[in-house]
Amino acid sequence: MSKKPSKGGAPALDMTPMVDLAFLLVTFFMLTASFRMAEPVVVDPPSSIGQVDLPDNHIMVTIDKDGRAFFGISNSTAKMNALRQMAAKYKVPFTEQQIVKFSGLPSFGVDIKDLPAYIDAKEEARQNFKGQKGVPLDTITPNNQLKDWISIGGTEAVKMYEEAKLKAADAGGEFKAEKPRYAIKCAATTKYIFVKDVIKTFTDLKLYQFNLITSLEGGGTVIDPTK
Amino acid sequence: MAEIQEGGGGGKKGGKKRAKKQSTRIDMTPMVDLAFLLLTFFVLTATFSKPKSMELTFPAPPDPNQKVEEVKKGITFLLSKDDRIFYYEGQFRAADDEKGTKTTLTELSFSQDKNGLHKFLLDKNKEMQDQVRALDIKHKNKQLADTTFKRMVREVKANKESYTYLIKTDDKATYKNVIDVIDELNVNVVGKYVMVDILKPEMDLVTEKVGTN
Repeated sequence: MSKKPSKGGAPALDMTPMVDLAFLLVTFFMLTASFRMAEPVVVDPPSSIGQVDLPDNHIMVTIDKDGRAFFGISNSTAKMNALRQMAAKYKVPFTEQQIVKFSGLPSFGVDIKDLPAYIDAKEEARQNFKGQKGVPLDTITPNNQLKDWISIGGTEAVKMYEEAKLKAADAGGEFKAEKPRYAIKCAATTKYIFVKDVIKTFTDLKLYQFNLITSLEGGGTVIDPTK
Repeated sequence: MAEIQEGGGGGKKGGKKRAKKQSTRIDMTPMVDLAFLLLTFFVLTATFSKPKSMELTFPAPPDPNQKVEEVKKGITFLLSKDDRIFYYEGQFRAADDEKGTKTTLTELSFSQDKNGLHKFLLDKNKEMQDQVRALDIKHKNKQLADTTFKRMVREVKANKESYTYLIKTDDKATYKNVIDVIDELNVNVVGKYVMVDILKPEMDLVTEKVGTN
């Protein structure tokens, strides 16, 4: 009997490194986390080898598989200003609280007449909002709200960008932000004819460059000579 | 999990000589529990990658007064329902005329087999791909700077002799098909492709192939 059995009680284990690591990771994830509200629709984009990151500053039109269009602007100030102008144009009154609340929402897909009710709705109710038929984008009748949203939202986003640029130039700091870009996110199963309508809306406004959002395909090789 | 401290650290065995030493050890178990709980939460809710995108430029609508030039080396892809894809080369001809015969559609597929779109583009675009591949090898061996490499690839892609690809869809094609075609064109270093509206006679030809419903 070289060793006597240890006394009762748990064996001591130095947990300091593990705890250190745990807190390090917690800190990392907390700092990198960005919270956002749930999008009104889940859209599953097709995969491609496109490697370009979606720019932070963007104006996005989402098209779900039924062809409904949803509109969103990443810059919240531009979003508020766009709503004010749209409210004036379509003569729909919004309270200041509604406008502020709107700036925090993700993309929306309702007629501007239903927008006040949509903003006031609770988050859970918003998902099943009955007027959520997509932003109207009839390319024939004059009721193409999507066109106005894109046009006004685009102008506002560019204005915000220019202002930020001037401010940075005054402060003498380096200016990093990028110009707003137009993004189209679309479900893989959407009929192309719906996408065509949205693209027609863009090209009518003389906007020809888009970022089409796709999910990443495994192994992005440029050329595969073996096949 | 953690060691549970039973009683103080000091002042065991009677505490004879030294002054009674207060323990500095505290039970860290709840804190560690909390830390891991938070860790798990943030790991699970983290979104790692930003969505990727592909940049695409659409053509401006043509000036109606401008005379449309005939595309000399053009290939038109026609997309339809059930992931079916057809192509024809050159100008569309509704009937035989002095310049060529009536346009007929050939079917391709999205798979990797011998009838696939990938193989088709590989054959059509062999020369340019070889050039780009040669450049790519040079670039990898550090014989070419990044910017030079990009510029030279662009020059290869802009080759005047290469085919121009037109992508047209009927009402039933899906967005995925369109992205797949563009993707395949990108993979095969095609520099000139464009999305255009389908013409009525082309639509008729496609309908003939796939049926009306």
